[in-house]
Amino acid sequence: MSFGHIEKIGRRVIVLGGGNTAMDCCRTSRRLGGEDVKVIVRSGFDEMKASPWEKEDAIHEDIPILNFLVPKEFTHKDGKLTGVLFEEVAATFDEKGRRKLLPTGAPDQHYECDDVLVAVGQENAFPWIERDLGLEFDEWGMPKVDPVTFQSTRPGVFFGGDAAFGPKNIIWAVAQGHEAAVSIDRFCQGGDLTDRPPPMTNLVSQKMGIHEWSYDNDISNDQRFRVPLREKVEALKDVKIEVELGFDLKQGLAEAQRCLNCDVQTVFAEPLCIECDACVDICPVDCITFTDNGEEEDLRGRLKAPALNLDQALMVSAELKTGRVMVKDEDVCLHCGLCAERCPTGAWDMQRFTLEMSHASDVGGGACQAR
Amino acid sequence: MTYLAKPRLHHPSLVPNELGFTRRDYEGSVSTLCAGCGHDSISAAIIQACYELDLPPHRVAKLSGIGCSSKTPDYFLGASHGFNTVHGRMPSVLTGANLANRELIYLGVSGDGDSASIGFGQFAHAVRRGVNMTYIVENNGVYGLTKGQFSATSDKGSKSKKGVVNHDSAIDLVSVALQLGATFVARSFSGDKAQLVPLIKAALSHKGAAFIDTVSPCVQFNNHSGSTKSYDYVREHNESVNRLDVVSPRDPIHVDYAPGTTVQVTQHDGSVLSLHKLSAHYDPTDRIAAMSYLAQRQAAGEIVTGLLYVDPEANDLHEALETVDTPLNQLADQALIPGSGVLAKLNATLR
Repeated sequence: MSFGHIEKIGRRVIVLGGGNTAMDCCRTSRRLGGEDVKVIVRSGFDEMKASPWEKEDAIHEDIPILNFLVPKEFTHKDGKLTGVLFEEVAATFDEKGRRKLLPTGAPDQHYECDDVLVAVGQENAFPWIERDLGLEFDEWGMPKVDPVTFQSTRPGVFFGGDAAFGPKNIIWAVAQGHEAAVSIDRFCQGGDLTDRPPPMTNLVSQKMGIHEWSYDNDISNDQRFRVPLREKVEALKDVKIEVELGFDLKQGLAEAQRCLNCDVQTVFAEPLCIECDACVDICPVDCITFTDNGEEEDLRGRLKAPALNLDQALMVSAELKTGRVMVKDEDVCLHCGLCAERCPTGAWDMQRFTLEMSHASDVGGGACQAR
Repeated sequence: MTYLAKPRLHHPSLVPNELGFTRRDYEGSVSTLCAGCGHDSISAAIIQACYELDLPPHRVAKLSGIGCSSKTPDYFLGASHGFNTVHGRMPSVLTGANLANRELIYLGVSGDGDSASIGFGQFAHAVRRGVNMTYIVENNGVYGLTKGQFSATSDKGSKSKKGVVNHDSAIDLVSVALQLGATFVARSFSGDKAQLVPLIKAALSHKGAAFIDTVSPCVQFNNHSGSTKSYDYVREHNESVNRLDVVSPRDPIHVDYAPGTTVQVTQHDGSVLSLHKLSAHYDPTDRIAAMSYLAQRQAAGEIVTGLLYVDPEANDLHEALETVDTPLNQLADQALIPGSGVLAKLNATLR
């Protein structure tokens, strides 16, 4: 469509699939002449891979999303597509929590249509790579790739993006491309691929005065603001017209207030702490606890509010004057900086964190080796 | 202080109490005291205690005088009654309020200047009358609002921030309260909430004059070496006589300490004070022994903390005066003006 090969579609369209591609297909169909467009998915509505806002926008354009329907056959008459037959299923979970879609036994449902768009995703396949190159493949036919260097089992051959570890979004592909480039640079220089230049990190205090920070630390309680949309009638007329109008200045500022300033870190300096509890008392989300040190599991349960997200490491200070330690659960921190504002000795400071990933340089590996 | 209001967002695991309030619902406006002030920790302890006791905020009256400590009632229990009195006059206003409406829970918050100097007499009389109240002194040993002069509770020989040595004897409010007949006397430290919160809970459920002296370091003017009210000094010299658990009447009592080390005291309202002894021979129901123990340890340079004395059978001022059960402010004209017939009868008995 975007290359101009296709300009129109039938009046009745069925889109099979529940990802963002399906959302793209159904909304494009509405703009190419599709009047009765449906999305039909195997899974439940809530488990669809599409982003919630994409689903929201599709529904807004009068596209129903029908779930728990598995396509069984395309029906046709006189060599012309007439519709799709679906079997109704329900999700059941086995004892290991794995989902299975089992037929409910209800009569199959038939939906009439003029066109079907299959948006069920794609898989990697490497039948074109000879298997005797010294390049090993795993049981699923995927190349064995080092997750750090992105090198295959054959030196000098690198993989990145979907080809390396299966489909992810483009951000991952770019990041992996950078990492692979570092490897290729090391490889060409004859260096050890696992000896990689570290990324540049830096922390800079945001303190400007007693209660002044160089970032906006006030917390907004607003929910996400809705981006204004163009009138539906207008939006459906032309496939190239922008649907989201974007925020105006006032709305944009209000939305920006919701920023949690994740880059501004709470930095704790043990020698300055007098253990006055001021930070503990002011923290709106009970992040901070002063307690006896212990094993992580035991410590997590003893905090002022239990630290339940096991993926988030605890911040544990060195031993303080009283023999206790300061433990902070970063998981719910709002970065409001009130701990630092209430700290009488400056033991807490709000510091902006910058991370500059290492890049392979085109000038003789200079930049990445210099660091 | 901070210019930001504390965000209303809270931890997702915050549990509501019996009334459906979370701890955050017992907060007040954001503190304007200096960063690191011990008083803010006491405010947090009061918030925690009221939350744990399921106190309806509208049933609490918080009264205070003048000073850093007396500003704090603004920073907790934002939905409770409040009265900020003239300097040192909180005990009288509290006594009057208590007489007019015996149904509220009275929380007096004062400082060492407010209670040990200008309001010393007021403090003494409210305590000796047995007004049903919780009287918390946030004791930092200095006048913080006027840049750190010694207060009446500053220990003799302690040094000011500028290095001046205090030559006056200190008033020990705990000893005074014991002498005056307070029926619940405790001392604690703002930096030890594990001790302070149960003490405040026990005091709030005590019927009679409950007094808590809380050492609360002034970070700005009294947290240096040479001070006897600094975080470091109090931590080094703190001698806790017991650890308290307050068990409300509806909770089952379970004791996890070795037998013989725990004393249980049942209060008027049915709540049980479960005291784990840290000092083997300390008996918190013996007033005379408490006074002499305090004097001994004090001479040894220790700061004795914990529940020092409790009389579970205590009476309050209303019982002494035999006032009616109905709060006086709810008595209608009919009850207050019995009529000329009753007056004539009364007069006849005096003839």
